[in-house]
Amino acid sequence: MSAITRDEVAHLARLSRLALTDDELDHYATQLDAIIESVAKVAEVAAEDVPPSSHALPLTNVFRADEVRQSLTPDQALGGAPAVEDDRFRVPRILGEEA
Amino acid sequence: MSLIRKTAAELGSMIAAGEVSAVEVAEAHLDRMAEVEPKVQAFLHVDREVTLEQARAVDARLRAGEKLGPLAGVPIAHKDIFTTRDMPTTAASKILEGWRPPYDATVTARLREAGLVILGKTNLDEFAMGSSTENSAYHPTHNPWDLTKVPGGSSGGSSAAVAAYEAPLSTGTDTGGSIRQPAAVTGIVGMKPTYGGSSRYGLIAFASSLDTPGPFARNVLDAALLHEAFSGYDPMDSTSIDAPVPSVVEAAKNPDVAGMRIGVVKEFAGEGYQAGVLARYHEAVQLLESLGAKVVEVSCPSFTTALPAYYLIAPSECSSNLARFDAMRYGLRVGDDGTRSAEEVMALTRAAGFGPEVKRRIMLGTYALSSGYYDAYYGQAQKVRTVIAREFEAAYQQVDVLVSPTTPTTAFPIGERADDPMAMYLADLCTIPSNLAGNAAMSVPCGLADEDGLPVGLQIMAPVLADDRCYRVGAAVEQALESRWGGSLLSKAPQL
Amino acid sequence: MTAGTIMPYDEALERFEPVLGLETHVELGTRSKMFCGCKTTFGAPPNTQVCPTCLAFPGALPVANAQAIESTIRIGLALNCSIAEWCRFARKNYFYPDMPKNYQISQYDEPLCFDGYVDVEVDGKTVRIEIERVHLEEDTGKSTHVGGATGRIHGADYSIVDYNRAGIPLVEIVTKPIPGADRLAPEVARAYVTELREIMRSLGVSDVRMEEGSLRCDVNVSLMPRGSSEWGTRTETKNVNSLRSVERAVRSEIERQAAVLAGGGTITQETRHFHEDTGTTTSGRSKEEAQDYRYFPEPDLVPIAPDPAWVAELKAALPELPSVKRKRLQAEWGLSDLDMQAMHNADAIDLVEATVAAGAPAADARKWWMGELARKSNESGTPLADLPITPEQIARVTELVASGALNDKLAREVLEGVLAGEGTPDEVVERRGLKIVNDEGELSAIIDQVLADNADAAEKVRSGKIAAAGALVGGVMRASKGKADAARARQLILEKLGVSE
Repeated sequence: MSAITRDEVAHLARLSRLALTDDELDHYATQLDAIIESVAKVAEVAAEDVPPSSHALPLTNVFRADEVRQSLTPDQALGGAPAVEDDRFRVPRILGEEA
Repeated sequence: MSLIRKTAAELGSMIAAGEVSAVEVAEAHLDRMAEVEPKVQAFLHVDREVTLEQARAVDARLRAGEKLGPLAGVPIAHKDIFTTRDMPTTAASKILEGWRPPYDATVTARLREAGLVILGKTNLDEFAMGSSTENSAYHPTHNPWDLTKVPGGSSGGSSAAVAAYEAPLSTGTDTGGSIRQPAAVTGIVGMKPTYGGSSRYGLIAFASSLDTPGPFARNVLDAALLHEAFSGYDPMDSTSIDAPVPSVVEAAKNPDVAGMRIGVVKEFAGEGYQAGVLARYHEAVQLLESLGAKVVEVSCPSFTTALPAYYLIAPSECSSNLARFDAMRYGLRVGDDGTRSAEEVMALTRAAGFGPEVKRRIMLGTYALSSGYYDAYYGQAQKVRTVIAREFEAAYQQVDVLVSPTTPTTAFPIGERADDPMAMYLADLCTIPSNLAGNAAMSVPCGLADEDGLPVGLQIMAPVLADDRCYRVGAAVEQALESRWGGSLLSKAPQL
Repeated sequence: MTAGTIMPYDEALERFEPVLGLETHVELGTRSKMFCGCKTTFGAPPNTQVCPTCLAFPGALPVANAQAIESTIRIGLALNCSIAEWCRFARKNYFYPDMPKNYQISQYDEPLCFDGYVDVEVDGKTVRIEIERVHLEEDTGKSTHVGGATGRIHGADYSIVDYNRAGIPLVEIVTKPIPGADRLAPEVARAYVTELREIMRSLGVSDVRMEEGSLRCDVNVSLMPRGSSEWGTRTETKNVNSLRSVERAVRSEIERQAAVLAGGGTITQETRHFHEDTGTTTSGRSKEEAQDYRYFPEPDLVPIAPDPAWVAELKAALPELPSVKRKRLQAEWGLSDLDMQAMHNADAIDLVEATVAAGAPAADARKWWMGELARKSNESGTPLADLPITPEQIARVTELVASGALNDKLAREVLEGVLAGEGTPDEVVERRGLKIVNDEGELSAIIDQVLADNADAAEKVRSGKIAAAGALVGGVMRASKGKADAARARQLILEKLGVSE
């Protein structure tokens, strides 16, 4: 039985904003299936009582003082943008919620 | 001896003494690059004028009596994953083609402060995802030992540039072995500092909790000098350690292992390891014993689960880190014909701008973080991470450093594992545990495999902030082997 | 179900019981953003307060603002919350063009503050609102939709984005479900948001201007049939941007849901949007696929472990909270509950308090703010606090009245002058020539003239009909254009006519 179906891969591609072709979906489904089966080995380590580590080192409380630093100039901020209008980033129409 | 064959330390002294100018040294390396780049293809971006301008500025600073470090005027190849104001930064991805950052990474800024001269930006696996540099969206890089072989990865451009004498030094980043493995397969020294010991600010993130900048060099002392030049606390990186940099240069100058306790990781040998790799590895261990070190075998049973844990944690973080490449504020935009939505343009751009390995990892990470799968995959991987850190801790109760082969095989042929991700992932089998635990680890050359005559690396692992131990042991191995060989390993490499 | 059908409020409440929930976002008033050093000034030119971090340029990293952490803990303490001993930021992953990283740094299952409460007074009774959590996150950029008829997102040709707001610290305060508010649900919701706003002000952590979006409210409403104990499906109405709208949104959602349920329909769990113009809500995004935010601990930031001793210090140093202060002031000023409530509703308490602090008697301060100035505020639609007059200026006016230099009528003219931008009270008095006539000779002359012109009335007073003196005083005031001291005028009139009171 496969660990992941083609439909699930299509769902992952949508969630990840990757417009994949049907052929790509087939290809990735096969590869991801093999990878997921392999990484599932993490379950073999008995770790019920072990706390998870999200970080490599146990640092805490790293903050900066509430001080203003130099921002970018508008040219620096907008200079690499694919499209600009009125000093704003111009983006294609946004689907989504009525605001 | 020509300038390109000198060590970084030698070049630094010569420049400081006024025997040669930074411009002359840069020109010698730029000329070497012009000569061998067609074969090696280590660089993604070179701009002779920008480089010479930096060299002229360093010469001027030195003439003005400014006190610069020991590497002032020494050229360096810089991995194209660090932002640079004066050169494009792409992470070897089409999605960032031509992007000119408005800011320098902390590592870049520190190189400049120390007077290093950036020769260009080196090739890598796209977003540092890979072990061969074949995942570069631009071109593969070739191993100077054998141009049909990979130079390792992800920092393969940096390892190849140093091994091909295009640069005495280079920078890399190590997330699962991306410095140590390329160093091993090109016969040079590569160091992954303690996580948080070198700043990630301006390093284009792959996996934030693992990414670590580090140095490449042709010898241990040069690596230490570079390590010291760009490491240390950075308030711009919250995970940076606010502590002095371990005294790595001093350790590199004192290659004495008498009385040191060295642990041989039992799990990293045997099936799946190339015979020639194991032979050189065992010799290196014996050599350390002959130098007065006390060698013991140490078992870290969960280290074999490090690879699957890594391939959950790193993709999970990368799926989120790479979300910012969305065609809205910078970089590539595909399919914006005025009718498509932002969502569609994002998806088309990302499909066109990311290569297959990046897409695989983004989807794998998205999967591992999804509700319903989180606990079994990402959550469990984080627990394994704790278990591995505890095994390291227990091991360091008994020994000062751990050793293993850096990688199970020597450099493999370009194309061999290109569409076989599982085979590719095995290259990082021995290097990943140190990333998960945030430990320091180094690869030093320990000879050539009998089967193919290609370099083998010895991995030396040390506890958090004990980076100096890697340098001490590395320097001892280097000194003993070079006296046995009558020169550096790299001097045995074929002429390009 | 027919769209737009509603059930009258009274009927809806007869058949259903509402359960409320409120999520309030407060932009903290820190100098710099949450994770970078960019300024937070409202209304700056577009994309001038941005940097690699808040634009999510490759390689840039966040570093948490210490002041924002402290402010959040103080908010938690003011809301009677427990403070986490150890907690982390988490990434909330979803793609949206106004969110540069395409994840929001927020908190997930480890909020900085949790399990608190706040008491609010509605209709003379105290309602306890339980607080589920208070956590810290970052704001998004702002999109402007171009093309299309309405300037709304639907039908727009494209959008343009300003990221100045992206990364401003945002505190999210989430209540537990609030049952039992019953028919007062709209008022309870409003009272709660009002109370939060005052708490934020008293802590000095935010300017809480709803019209500028520094306090934003999402209102959750569900209905259950009377007699049932099972809560219904809730809707979440987004970005309700005034206190009045909070009240209206709850009411309108109760009326709408009641009609749907009574018609045999079901409520869809969805996001809705409130429209100021109609006072109703409409359905927001259709949840074609459920959101999966893939929360995970933010690896770029390290955990927060507030030192308990420090938290205790912060707690000890909290200012007097608004509800406590109101009780104290009410006692000090000797006001009825009703009067106090009226001042509270008018947002006048702090202004009166400041006026008293500037030297005015409480009754006078209250009289001006709740009288003349409240009227001006209503006429112009400007909040009291935003009128161009200060508590110190009101205090000066009361001082001038007390000294006899002004009477009430003149004082009103002075206020008008100050509001019109003519300067300080003293400058207005000077420029408009509003000083009371104090010169006895001048006043005496005016009175003689008035007595001569009104011989009949004068005669009545002389003959003992003292009540007729009022008309004479009025004559003096008219003749002096209101600048005479009416009491002194009356005294002099009686003297001159040889009678006494």
